[in-house]
Amino acid sequence: MSTATKSKELTKQEALFEYLVRLADDRLILGHRLSEWCGHGPILEEDIALANIALDYIGHAANLYEYAVEVEGEGRHRDDLVYFRNDVEYKNLKITELPRGDFGFTIARQFLFSSYSYYLYQLLSDVKDEQFRGMVEKHFKEVKYHLRHSREWVLRLGDGTEESHKRIQDAFNDIWTYIGELFHQDEVDEFLQDKNLAANTASFKSDWKDLVSDTLEEATLDVPDFDQFMVEGSRQGLHTEHLGHLLAEMQHLRRSYPDGNWQ
Amino acid sequence: MSDQGEQKSFQERIDNGETIEPKDDMPDRYRKQLIRMMSQHAHSEVVGMLPEGNWITRAPSLRRKMILLSKVQDEAGHGLYLYSATETLGASRQEVIDQLLEGKAKYSSIFNYPTLSWADVAVIGWLVDGAAIINQTMLARSSYGPYSRAMVRICKEESFHKKQGYEMVAKMADGTPEQQEMIQDAVDRWWWPTLMMFGPHDEDSPNSAELIKWGVKSKTNDELRQSFVDRHIAEAHEVGLEIPDDELEYNEETGHWEFGEIDWDEFWNVVKGNGPMNKERIKARREAHENGKWVREAAEEYARKQKLSKEKAS
Repeated sequence: MSTATKSKELTKQEALFEYLVRLADDRLILGHRLSEWCGHGPILEEDIALANIALDYIGHAANLYEYAVEVEGEGRHRDDLVYFRNDVEYKNLKITELPRGDFGFTIARQFLFSSYSYYLYQLLSDVKDEQFRGMVEKHFKEVKYHLRHSREWVLRLGDGTEESHKRIQDAFNDIWTYIGELFHQDEVDEFLQDKNLAANTASFKSDWKDLVSDTLEEATLDVPDFDQFMVEGSRQGLHTEHLGHLLAEMQHLRRSYPDGNWQ
Repeated sequence: MSDQGEQKSFQERIDNGETIEPKDDMPDRYRKQLIRMMSQHAHSEVVGMLPEGNWITRAPSLRRKMILLSKVQDEAGHGLYLYSATETLGASRQEVIDQLLEGKAKYSSIFNYPTLSWADVAVIGWLVDGAAIINQTMLARSSYGPYSRAMVRICKEESFHKKQGYEMVAKMADGTPEQQEMIQDAVDRWWWPTLMMFGPHDEDSPNSAELIKWGVKSKTNDELRQSFVDRHIAEAHEVGLEIPDDELEYNEETGHWEFGEIDWDEFWNVVKGNGPMNKERIKARREAHENGKWVREAAEEYARKQKLSKEKAS
């Protein structure tokens, strides 16, 4: 458990810091996975699209981390959060850290995550914090594009060839167990929701399920069981084995030469 | 007879500085040379994504990660843009990509060298993009309209690429001892291969004279190489980096830097496929192509079904 969620009396500052870092971690880690496609995409147009989306996520994360360290007020730099935290201190959802898999897996994850982000950003557009809200409004435009991009590919792959149908169906089946915790709420969320500083993800779960189900059905895919076993624990720093490897790669250069100016 | 007449008037148009557009008459040889040049250029952009792409996941700051990702994305865009420009000459993107994957088409040999440290990313931006700008600024005045317009657009982005590279070079050269060592090592490894980017000496370059006659190029390989050397030596000295060439000497009379001889054995060896990374670069492109086959097929099949259902509906 993180120090912020463990403390008995959560302060607004601690809770907001924790919340911003969680949002940022999701986007940084998913952006990292997408960036792995650069130069290896199925067509040049998708190399561009996936790099573009990766860049959006990493840019959103950069803004969120920057605001987080400002809220924290201890003079840390956003890069301190990126390069000098260990895996247990990362709070990203497990769905974001899974290896990129084939293009079908990447698209299935993109669709599930960007449809979730779509509803999340809709609610966050009303937070009572001008700087946070300004950031969300700016990012929301890009989130809408991410949803459109991934939804179109779900349709193409689902209703394309026999092979593509099977691949994307397998991808959804494999990834399904990771979607449950997208809607978990803990004391950080609840504390901030009372102050209109966070979104209640549970409140849009049924809209999200409808959007996902409708899209999968339109793509001639089976909708896996929403009530199946779901993994949890990401927000407490419990990850898959994949995150450690991802961070080892991402952080090694910066940690090897911590005294250098790398800006 | 009529063919000769046509060629004469084509040459007159070139000599008058006119721009040749896709639907204009042009000698077969002009068309072929341009297809070769432009598709090689497109392949270079796409293969060129790999050495720098190698460092995206390890970039040492978020700022640098975003700049690098955006740069590599630009290169994909340049590739796309150049493939489209090549299509105006009747060579389809698939056709020229197949030539690359079959090992029949060339791309810039510089990308057959490995990126061994983060400093290589800085030096590629500074030297490799710096060399590309010199070449492309000339090609922006090329006689073939679509190529010259592509170059104008690409040059704008390349100058940003070079700027970020040089900025990083300067910071590392002014950084910790480890950073200084890393950046000098990268310059030592990339300097000579970058000089090779301009191609063989004029007397050994079979295509040069013809390309100049047709207004595709306006400067020779050696002229371009010289202007690269003059500019980049000044920039190296400004940040205290050494150029790995013992014969480097400034000639007061000509106002140019004189430099040593390129290792032409190495040059031809890499061109022939024996560079440190030739096989791996092509393997990476082939794998991307093969792994993407089912995706492209799905997109085609889906488009076909959509068209069919639209036709039925109307």
